[in-house]
Amino acid sequence: MFPIISKEILAPTISKFVIHAPLVGKKRKAGNFVIIRVIENGERIPLTIVDSNLAEGTITLIVQAIGKTTKLLCSMNAGDSILDVVGPLGNPTPIENHGSVACVGGGVGTAEMYPITKALKGAGNRVFSIIGGRSRDLVILEEEMRSCSDEVFITTDDGSYGQKGIVTDPLRQLLMNSQSGIKAVYAIGPLPMMKAVSNLTREFGVHTLVSLNAIMVDGTGMCGGCRVTIDGKMKFACVDGPEFDGHQVDFDELILRNKSYLDFERMANEQLLKETASSHEVAP
Amino acid sequence: MTVLNPLKPSERMKIPRQHSIEQPASDRVQGFTEVSFGVDEERAMIEATRCLECKNAVCVEGCPVGIDIRSFIQLILQKDYAGAVNKIREANYLPAICGRVCPQEEQCEAVCTLGKKHMPVAIGKLERFVADYEMEHNLFTPPVITERRDQKVAIVGSGPAGLTCAAELAKMGYRVTVFEALHAVGGVLRYGIPEFRLPRKILDLETDRIRGLGVEIQTNFLVGRTATIDEFFEEWGFSAVFLGTGAGTPNFMGIPGESLPGVYSANEFLTRVNLMKANKFPNFDTPIRMGSNVAVIGGGNTAMDAVRTAKRLGAERAILVYRRSRQEMPARQEEIHHAEEEGIELMLLTNPTRILGNENHTVTGMECQRMELGEPDESGRRKPVAVKGSEFVIPVQIVIEAVGQQPNPIIQATTPGLKTGKRGVVETNEKQGTSRPGVFAGGDLARGGATVILAMRDGKQAAVAIHEYIQSKVQDEGNKAIVSTGAEVVGT
Ligand SMILES: Cc1cc2nc3c(=O)[nH]c(=O)nc-3n(C[C@H](O)[C@H](O)[C@H](O)COP(=O)(O)OP(=O)(O)OC[C@H]3O[C@@H](n4cnc5c(N)ncnc54)[C@H](O)[C@@H]3O)c2cc1C
Ligand SMILES: Cc1cc2nc3c(=O)[nH]c(=O)nc-3n(C[C@H](O)[C@H](O)[C@H](O)COP(=O)(O)OP(=O)(O)OC[C@H]3O[C@@H](n4cnc5c(N)ncnc54)[C@H](O)[C@@H]3O)c2cc1C
Ligand code: SF4
Ligand code: FES
Repeated sequence: MFPIISKEILAPTISKFVIHAPLVGKKRKAGNFVIIRVIENGERIPLTIVDSNLAEGTITLIVQAIGKTTKLLCSMNAGDSILDVVGPLGNPTPIENHGSVACVGGGVGTAEMYPITKALKGAGNRVFSIIGGRSRDLVILEEEMRSCSDEVFITTDDGSYGQKGIVTDPLRQLLMNSQSGIKAVYAIGPLPMMKAVSNLTREFGVHTLVSLNAIMVDGTGMCGGCRVTIDGKMKFACVDGPEFDGHQVDFDELILRNKSYLDFERMANEQLLKETASSHEVAP
Repeated sequence: MTVLNPLKPSERMKIPRQHSIEQPASDRVQGFTEVSFGVDEERAMIEATRCLECKNAVCVEGCPVGIDIRSFIQLILQKDYAGAVNKIREANYLPAICGRVCPQEEQCEAVCTLGKKHMPVAIGKLERFVADYEMEHNLFTPPVITERRDQKVAIVGSGPAGLTCAAELAKMGYRVTVFEALHAVGGVLRYGIPEFRLPRKILDLETDRIRGLGVEIQTNFLVGRTATIDEFFEEWGFSAVFLGTGAGTPNFMGIPGESLPGVYSANEFLTRVNLMKANKFPNFDTPIRMGSNVAVIGGGNTAMDAVRTAKRLGAERAILVYRRSRQEMPARQEEIHHAEEEGIELMLLTNPTRILGNENHTVTGMECQRMELGEPDESGRRKPVAVKGSEFVIPVQIVIEAVGQQPNPIIQATTPGLKTGKRGVVETNEKQGTSRPGVFAGGDLARGGATVILAMRDGKQAAVAIHEYIQSKVQDEGNKAIVSTGAEVVGT
């Protein structure tokens, strides 16, 4: 059992959890993730390790409630426990001093971007960060990102905060501006966003690393469910990734594969709604 | 002993081999309950009477772990079923499992004297009978551990190789911890072999008994990532490590259409059902895609389990597509027979070339080629050759590939100096030692895909070697200590 030490609500659908998992915390590096299973009948899902605290033996996870498992997790509180946590999984992000880099986070992807941004800054890079969200609510970790960036750009689809538009707008500006001298781009967010970023950076010939959120089961290379196509070759996102060269990723294929279980996900969601509704009825 | 069995050998030979009692195929495909109920006491007794009690019991040599088969059968004749299972347990700590999944027809029963002219003794069924009898009648008595030792041994992977090694070392008194990446124990026994061949109740009981020996099992621990082998030695204080991480990484055929949703590796398909209980969705959260027609590619145990599982998930047509002929199928005959009873279609001498999808990107069919058998290849089996222009399409919505697996590379990549051979198989010597002192390996990791009993054999062998290794180190240190204290004595 992995106790939840604290919980903080970052946005209506996004929560931050500090979880006691000392062994994972000790070994994790930027870019690593864990697989968790919340309850006995639950699914195994991957979540990025956003931070760790060696002295406290904790790891930090930031979760967006989008389906049954993430909603269940987000309904939990300090004092509750998560049944299973295994990690750190995946290859750590290759961190080097490129000179100047851009870090692009979309939605909850910003949470996954934050440890990498911090590490890139630590390695001596000049860091330009771009945080995108559909609306003001979904722009998260602005403070944290500012603390490890030289400059931060914020975009929202509806213009409710920062500049109206999508993350590729400021990125294009940065790439066009020779002064910024961007040598590498790191992007994490929804697949269409990472695809758009990769298409853009390809034009400029700037190396781009993206983190692929394939559907996973074991996270140890045992099932092949997380397979993705990189430069025409099959790779397992959990052990060969999760990060890959954005210019080589077959995004359309992954977008399709991630829709494999839409009907099931809808059903699970409805069931969760019913369960919570009935538990409310029982409650006095 | 002849007192117990008054029949003359010629009379024993006349008794027909006893068969298991099996659930009718039409019933068993409705769910995941066990196919075979085994033999009852009466049949077991008749079967035991068939044994010739050979002076040269060749069956024992046929058993990879050397179970004293003749003696355990004699104990059955004395109705000492608990004694019989304990006799087995001296050589094999997982009798209820082996009695169910071992290919006895290739091992003990293949060499049984009676089998030369008649049907061999149904050794596997007797093994299962005594193990089940013990379970039903609560007769289990844990072995007494006479000596406690201080040294700690780490076992990586909780498949049959790891569990056996752990049990053997615990019995010798070592402090043993098993580290398992998944949230549940058992390796392929848990996530690969389906309930209808190996009920979870039995697996749970057998693993509880291993815990009962004082073995600690730590799940959710991916060695190489959560901690490395080097850290096990340097920081965790382990004296030796056994690697039993199996051959879990699935191969894919590399044909077009493999990335379509609805195409699974057998590992994923079976894991979703066996480990995650996707067959019970939505009561369990993990989903699985199904269709009315399912094709499984391959001819081994894994393919057989996948196709029979698909049938149980409701497939009207569950088709096994194999490129060679029936004779070359590596699956156990018994399983092929059971599959056919359950209405599984065998499409032999057929090789898939392409998986087809529609505009919604769901699988609609699989294009295949007819094959012919040509010259024997390096495995001695006749090599299948494609018949030109023989392409045809099978209409299916789900394709499952069971075309082999390889060792998971995480340990090899994170353990400097660990030598591997082809396909990432860890190289071992005859004592299961690896190129790293103190690191031993066995099971599928060292064999690249074999059987439960061979994994167990390796685990046992390694336990003996680990004991020798630790004791020789203890002795060395003892000698050094004597030398140093000796020096002090001289000094004072
Ligand atoms: C390496 C990696 C790191 C991730 N890090 C984070 C993170 O830090 N914070 C965060 O909020 N989310 C993260 N995700 C995404 C997160 O795993 C999914 O949102 C979650 O699995 C959805 O599960 P659900 O039951 O709540 O939703 P569902 O309704 O079941 O699914 C919603 C969508 O999530 C995806 N999904 C479903 N099941 C899985 C699964 N088993 N594995 C992966 N994706 C799945 C599918 O695309 C699906 O359409 C990460 C994913 C990956 C692969
Ligand atoms: C579907 C299927 C059906 C089969 N049917 C039969 C049968 O009927 N009869 C038979 O004799 N054989 C059968 N086999 C083969 C048999 O199951 C294997 O040969 C046997 O399980 C190998 O045992 P093992 O202990 O070496 O590895 P495994 O059983 O593969 O166990 C390895 C364990 O190690 C864990 N692991 C891997 N890497 C790490 C790590 N880095 N850290 C921690 N843990 C790790 C894995 O999660 C797994 O639990 C079948 C195989 C399959 C796939
Ligand atoms: S070889 Fe066959 S007949 Fe002889 S002792 Fe073994 S089981 Fe009995
Ligand atoms: S999640 Fe199973 S292989 Fe990657």
